[in-house]
Amino acid sequence: MSTIVSLPDQTTAALPKRTYINNEHGILSWLLTADHKRIAMLYLVSITFFFFIGGFFAGMVRLELLTPAGDLMAADTYNKMFTMHGIVMIFLFLVPSVPATLGNFLIPIMIGAKDLAFPKINLLSWYLYMAGGIFVLTTLVLGGVDTGWTFTTPLSTHYLNTHVVTTATAIFIAGFSSIFTGLNFIVTIHRMRAPGMTWFRLPLFVWSNYAASVLMVLGTPVLAIAIVLVALERTIGIGVFDPTKGGDPLLFQHLFWFYSHPAVYIMILPGFGVISEVISTFSRKRVFGYTAVAFSSVAIAVFGFFVWAHHMFIMGVSNYSALVFSLLTMLVAVPSAIKIFNWSFTMQKGSITFETPMLYAFGFIGLFTIGGLTGVFLGALGMDVMLTETYFVVAHFHFVMVGGMLMAFLAGIHFWWPKLTGRMYPESVSKLAAIITFVGFILTFFPQFVVGYLGMPRRYHAYPPEFQVLNVLSTAGATVLGVGYMLPLLYLAWSLKYGAIAGNNPWQATGLEWQIQSPPLTENFIETPIVDHEAYDYEWLERTKERELQHVG
Amino acid sequence: MSLASTITNPPEPEIHASHDVHEHPFYQKHHFETAEQQREAASFGMWLFLLTEIMFFGGLFFAYLLYRNWYYDAFVSASNSINMVMGLINTIVLIGSSFTMAMAVWSAEVRNKKLLQIFLLATVVLGFAFLGIKTGEYYDKFAEHHVPGASFDIHDFVHPQPGTNEKALSVDMANKTQIFFSLYFAMTGVHALHMIIGIGILIGLLWYSRSGIYTEGYVQPIENFGLYWHFVDIVWIFLFPLLYLINRH
Repeated sequence: MSTIVSLPDQTTAALPKRTYINNEHGILSWLLTADHKRIAMLYLVSITFFFFIGGFFAGMVRLELLTPAGDLMAADTYNKMFTMHGIVMIFLFLVPSVPATLGNFLIPIMIGAKDLAFPKINLLSWYLYMAGGIFVLTTLVLGGVDTGWTFTTPLSTHYLNTHVVTTATAIFIAGFSSIFTGLNFIVTIHRMRAPGMTWFRLPLFVWSNYAASVLMVLGTPVLAIAIVLVALERTIGIGVFDPTKGGDPLLFQHLFWFYSHPAVYIMILPGFGVISEVISTFSRKRVFGYTAVAFSSVAIAVFGFFVWAHHMFIMGVSNYSALVFSLLTMLVAVPSAIKIFNWSFTMQKGSITFETPMLYAFGFIGLFTIGGLTGVFLGALGMDVMLTETYFVVAHFHFVMVGGMLMAFLAGIHFWWPKLTGRMYPESVSKLAAIITFVGFILTFFPQFVVGYLGMPRRYHAYPPEFQVLNVLSTAGATVLGVGYMLPLLYLAWSLKYGAIAGNNPWQATGLEWQIQSPPLTENFIETPIVDHEAYDYEWLERTKERELQHVG
Repeated sequence: MSLASTITNPPEPEIHASHDVHEHPFYQKHHFETAEQQREAASFGMWLFLLTEIMFFGGLFFAYLLYRNWYYDAFVSASNSINMVMGLINTIVLIGSSFTMAMAVWSAEVRNKKLLQIFLLATVVLGFAFLGIKTGEYYDKFAEHHVPGASFDIHDFVHPQPGTNEKALSVDMANKTQIFFSLYFAMTGVHALHMIIGIGILIGLLWYSRSGIYTEGYVQPIENFGLYWHFVDIVWIFLFPLLYLINRH
């Protein structure tokens, strides 16, 4: 099989003498760093830790659902398991996953800047994230919380005796971490671009992170105030959501979903950016319809703010508003489809090679398409009334978030691993991991569409025996999926010491980040680059290489 | 140089003789190309932060809009029970503090350290005055059992004191005054929290202003804090009529 990987001669190659990793030493040089690349690495370690915590709870949920009877744990323990799974995965893994790690590392380099606009605020955002994480762990130690990640009132304010306030504090604090990341990105992309780096020369990864940042900045504060009101209602008894005092629980739903629907676009948009980079690089072609892909990210961000009530069709919103929100929800499918079609056309007649990031990208396109289309099912009013609160919703959400976002995250981690660390991951075992992940994923979540369609409700620890076959399939798949996620953890750690030396540009990609040494210098560029070519211009890359050869020769 | 022209054309950052002509001003961070780029980034960042603040308060204003439409009579009665004179005085105090803050920014621009410190201090004092008056108002509400929660009492709204023009509310509607007070305490409480954080930062600025960095060209921290302070002021400008002046006779 052909490959585009071009590594330096391994017998003579060595990592650069001075890099951002060995520029300073000691634990304090990491904890007090203002370097966006080091902060990205801090994030990478922390989100991986929380990913496996969240994964543990998912495992417990699947284990309980292996048998129809609630025999492994009591109902309220089960409630805590899926709640902690949701909270850890959404707020501590999915929201920061790509932006805070790859975005943090790459956005300044991709636009030709030395750092983000506010390096200290960037570090602060990591500390806020960790503070939020510690509050979540505290909740765990104290005995957990069982509201579901949605904090539904009045359940969360009146009827539960678990640690709602500590969890609310965790999410409030972690929310500010995400606000500061978004704010930093927006200012950086507006004000720090290198000379010649116009808006339409930006890599699509930057565009999609920009769109996600807009959502973070505008959406997260609304969640923050909703959470504050829930905490105040629990602690001092104000009555904004309390029906006995004249408050309306539906108001909480409006405020919560005003953030939490856009939040799924916060999670998925940066993934779109990764896929654009990967598909272009391994097809050796400029992304088809660059402008359309760029603007579709912005369109998703804008539409994303006007669909939130589709989570509330069965909660007593008026029929007319349900109708409008149903229509608007379907509109989101348009920019998403634009992306899928453009990626497909990028590959058409390209010189496709099948490196690991590309395999993950293929997985992403397939799974995200299924996830997106079932989203249209759920956006349709009649179908939603049937399917909401069943496993169909769980399957839809996981197809988009795990099949989509996690695949994109892994694609990105493999794609930029040589740049992050200066070393290659082992290619054959990582291909195996990509395939295991894909197979495990399908096996886990496809049966959930079926079992949901047949009527199995979500969030119960027991279910009728006729659903057992599908649930066993799902749990078996989850085991395979677990192996698929453990493998990268192991071989990526292995590659830190034993991986092949990657050189500056192993993929022959065009982004500015590939034109500098790997791992980069602390200051990224020795001189501010001047950009004179479009994004994904592979001919420019060829010309540059020829010129360099002539100079050397 | 006249004062007006100093503001429109702030003096160039001073360049010491020993330095190269291309030397950056002392306050420029290494990752910016020019001081101009740094100034634009900081100011843009601050405006974005204020946008998040608008969204944060927006949730509360949305709740207010909803419940005021549903429980208008309860909102009128409850609004009439809070002390408008105190609210008015506080409005004047806060607008005054915005004025002193604007003067502080001006003092930094004309590089007058003494004036800068005086105006920052005046802003701190007015901020504390606002919080003091607010505390008095909160105390009255506690004394009248108008704080939402277990000790909330609707007696004042079902049986208004004779001699006033207050309309007596039905028990059902009077219960809804608790929503008004929930919003009153949430909105003014979050606003007061912003004041407290602001005063903390002001004291920090006052401390660092002794070294003279803000009056040697590094105006940005003072200017950005000014934006924050004016924002908190504007929130109050909305809160005052919405909470105190719903239907005054």
